[in-house]
Amino acid sequence: MAKKIGPLDIYNYLPKTNCGECGEKTCMAFASQLIERSVKLEDCSPLIQPNFAVSYRGLKEMLAPSVKEVLVGVENTAVKIGGEEVIFRHELTYFNKTAIALDVHDEMENDELVSRVRYVNDFYFKRIGEELKLDIIAIRSKSNDPDIFAQCVSKVSDETKKPLMICSWDPFVLESGLKVVGHERPLIYAATKDTWKEIGGLALKYNCPVVAFADGDMSELKSVVKALESMGVEDIVLDPGSHVEGQHLSNTFGNFVKSRRAAIWNEDVGYPLLGVPAIVWLNGDGAENTFKEVMIAAIMIDKYADLIILHTPEIWALLPIVTLRQNIYTDPRRPIAVDAGLKRFGNPDENSPVLMTTNFALTYYTVASDIESLGVDCYLLVIDTEGLGVEVSVAGGQLDAFKAVDAIKKSGIEEEVKHRKIIIPGLSSRISGDLEIQSDWEVLVGPVDSSSIGDFIEKKWS
Amino acid sequence: MKNTLYLPEIIKMLEKVEEIELENIDMTAGELELIMSMISAIKGPSVKKAEYLDLDFNVPLANFPGEVLEVELGATKSNGGTRKNVIKVGGQKTLPFYNFESHNPNEPVIAYDVFDTNIHLAGPVRRHFEDVMDDPAEWAKRCVDKYGADAVTIHLISTDPTIKDTSAREAAKTVENVLQAVKVPIIIGGSGNTDKDPEVLEKAAEVSEGEHCLINSASMNMDYKRIAKACLDHGHVVLSWTSLDINDQKTLNKYLIDLGIKREDIIMDPTTAALGYGLEYSFSIMERIRLAALKGDKDLQMPMSSGTTNAWGAREAWMENPEWGDREKRGPLWEAVTALTLCLAGSDLFMMMNPTAMQLFKDTFRCLSGLKETVSLDIKDWIRMG
Ligand code: B12
Ligand code: SF4
Repeated sequence: MAKKIGPLDIYNYLPKTNCGECGEKTCMAFASQLIERSVKLEDCSPLIQPNFAVSYRGLKEMLAPSVKEVLVGVENTAVKIGGEEVIFRHELTYFNKTAIALDVHDEMENDELVSRVRYVNDFYFKRIGEELKLDIIAIRSKSNDPDIFAQCVSKVSDETKKPLMICSWDPFVLESGLKVVGHERPLIYAATKDTWKEIGGLALKYNCPVVAFADGDMSELKSVVKALESMGVEDIVLDPGSHVEGQHLSNTFGNFVKSRRAAIWNEDVGYPLLGVPAIVWLNGDGAENTFKEVMIAAIMIDKYADLIILHTPEIWALLPIVTLRQNIYTDPRRPIAVDAGLKRFGNPDENSPVLMTTNFALTYYTVASDIESLGVDCYLLVIDTEGLGVEVSVAGGQLDAFKAVDAIKKSGIEEEVKHRKIIIPGLSSRISGDLEIQSDWEVLVGPVDSSSIGDFIEKKWS
Repeated sequence: MKNTLYLPEIIKMLEKVEEIELENIDMTAGELELIMSMISAIKGPSVKKAEYLDLDFNVPLANFPGEVLEVELGATKSNGGTRKNVIKVGGQKTLPFYNFESHNPNEPVIAYDVFDTNIHLAGPVRRHFEDVMDDPAEWAKRCVDKYGADAVTIHLISTDPTIKDTSAREAAKTVENVLQAVKVPIIIGGSGNTDKDPEVLEKAAEVSEGEHCLINSASMNMDYKRIAKACLDHGHVVLSWTSLDINDQKTLNKYLIDLGIKREDIIMDPTTAALGYGLEYSFSIMERIRLAALKGDKDLQMPMSSGTTNAWGAREAWMENPEWGDREKRGPLWEAVTALTLCLAGSDLFMMMNPTAMQLFKDTFRCLSGLKETVSLDIKDWIRMG
């Protein structure tokens, strides 16, 4: 999508009947939603009738993202990468989070291979109500032997529903893999200046996305991409080469930035970017590699990789990586909020403690997990603070005594419990006086951090 | 059987196949005509020839009219101080590490945190300083002698009435001791108590006159005029601290300038929310501030500082939890990733705590600066590695 396109430009191509079939009240509203990509063009049912063919086609082109969105895998297990529209998140938003692949290779012992694949399948870490996962399995052909590779690919594919990436410089090896999983749309790695024709041919034959690789040379990378395009290949991913050592890292970083700028500013080679932090392991087995791999992954997630390949399975290393990805792909204009209202933990009864918190997802899930780990039966009254945390909403007025009283009344908690005692977060102590005056509830100011709720309840709740 | 085809499908068909047969499709003659007329438009005039051409990639360069101010910390003998060196912060001409575009003169600066009282610190941090935590001067020395700190921050947190209520006079003594103990530039921090800090920082500024320290901090919800005056009177740099609000940051900077502070004597702290705890806010605010500076907004052209130590407030950094893996490694990474991310967003100065985190961060930014020479590996080998 070119930068200057606004809702009006889109509106001009819509049916302009305000019929409401898309779920929006007006065509104009639908146009705005299209820019934010919260709706699809096809949601406007009149538009996909033959008589709007030209408009549909025009809009489709107009709305195509500057960085093409590429699908790896099939159907509901596919991973979307790219699809980005801006260089800086605050200019609009980032759309598809960096996909994370973990590598395996075809000379791994069977047990090791299977357990690594299952590790990827099962890996998840719950933060703020979101499940953070690994997305793709990258299979490297260490053997460079077509038969061995095919066997490995088939084993991996039997073990997982995750999309795959198959990696070799040799078209024969790649094709042996594609014969096994070609119908699952794996990402083919990689076409070069020397192999674009053969590997591009495989991408066409099996209808799979393909990586274009050039080692640090952006002109060569562009040439490979254009060669693939000239064959009719459409789903391309860029690998400008991941150098992770010394001054070479600076060049790699520069190439990532240049690629993203070219895509957005010049509509030049607008494809998703691949980074390979796993390359740190080329240096051997040192324990410090894991640290380094995390740092490289962080750089790439910050700027501008759409897919990264990791080697380390260490949880203490993956945790900061998936958390960073969650942060970078959270739009600060829309804090993640949870539904307000009364939540029950365990089997609370008329004597159970009543606690209060805000509906900022980070706050709510932190408190909820503390309560869950304690295993106490209680009520948690979640106040609608427009998705802001405790201290912030007290400072900004989204949480005050009025709001709290109102929430207590509307929640129905007064019918659930006999007592009139509520524990509020330590950081909202400022509202406790007013809250007591305006309601007939006794207010207990709890600890500042919800991790000590247990102690507090034990000592102060009787 | 009757079928209705919608446009997206028709277009897909047209794109994929050479010939189509439209059978059993409910369509008026007019519609059919329309579709036929689209075929040529969609399929294009003729198929391109598959070929490899040596093309040129035009490097997209930004032309930033503005640049970040360069702020000096510390004063050597020739400038009336007793520091052995001066540190330059900021001066950036483009975004961090965009070396292809312009050369940023100064690398990021890391300052080690030292506290004036034996506070509760996470295990992975405490370990390194356990035996010196009752003596801030020794603690500072440890940072410099053992870990090679370029700068040290002495946080006078015991002055907080709810901690020890240490008097301003006593706190100033601590500052003097630290200045004696180490010869690197120092940063002086209050306790964050908005009523007490003006008094504490005034005294501290007085006893460190001439050393060109960074005074941490002036904020809107305190009597920042007193802080500003102390910095003016005793020749210090002021840290202008706001909480994640770009307009507030502009406003406070202007106030400070109106009070007579030179633009080169201000560093901004737009607040660091840690990895997993609001980092997305700090990231965007810093990125926006840095872009504004490069685009020429004079009120935001000061270098930025990050209280990266906040990372240790995150549970994932300090908490023992077997499901999260080794805390000794996880904690330092939490701090290092917070630092690196905010560095890429534009922060220039980092107040940090864990030596491993600092080493990791430093190794990484030295590479990114292009200053660390090394041989190039054949990265194509990664497919066949161990
Ligand atoms: C992120 C952040 C923001 C984000 C808010 C994101 C969001 N969706 O909430 C943004 C940028 C929007 C923001 C805005 C503001 N902020 Co702000 N912000 C922060 C920051 C950095 C982190 C807050 C946070 O998210 N903490 C994490 C969450 C999980 O904590 P929490 O909600 O408090 O929950 C914990 C506890 O309260 C407790 N708890 C929660 N529920 C319960 C329940 C019970 C029963 C118990 C016992 C305990 C408990 O346990 C939880 C886990 O530890 C803090 C500084 C800091 N490092 O703390 C400043 C801070 C909170 N902000 C501050 C201010 C002043 C503001 C603004 C008013 C001004 C400004 N210019 O920015 C605006 C207000 C906007 C508004 N309200 O309209 C001040 C508040 C000062 C004060 N005490 O009054 C702070 C402390 C910074 C500072 N020192 O100046 N901010
Ligand atoms: S369905 Fe289409 S025509 Fe109807 S209101 Fe929505 S955008 Fe307008």
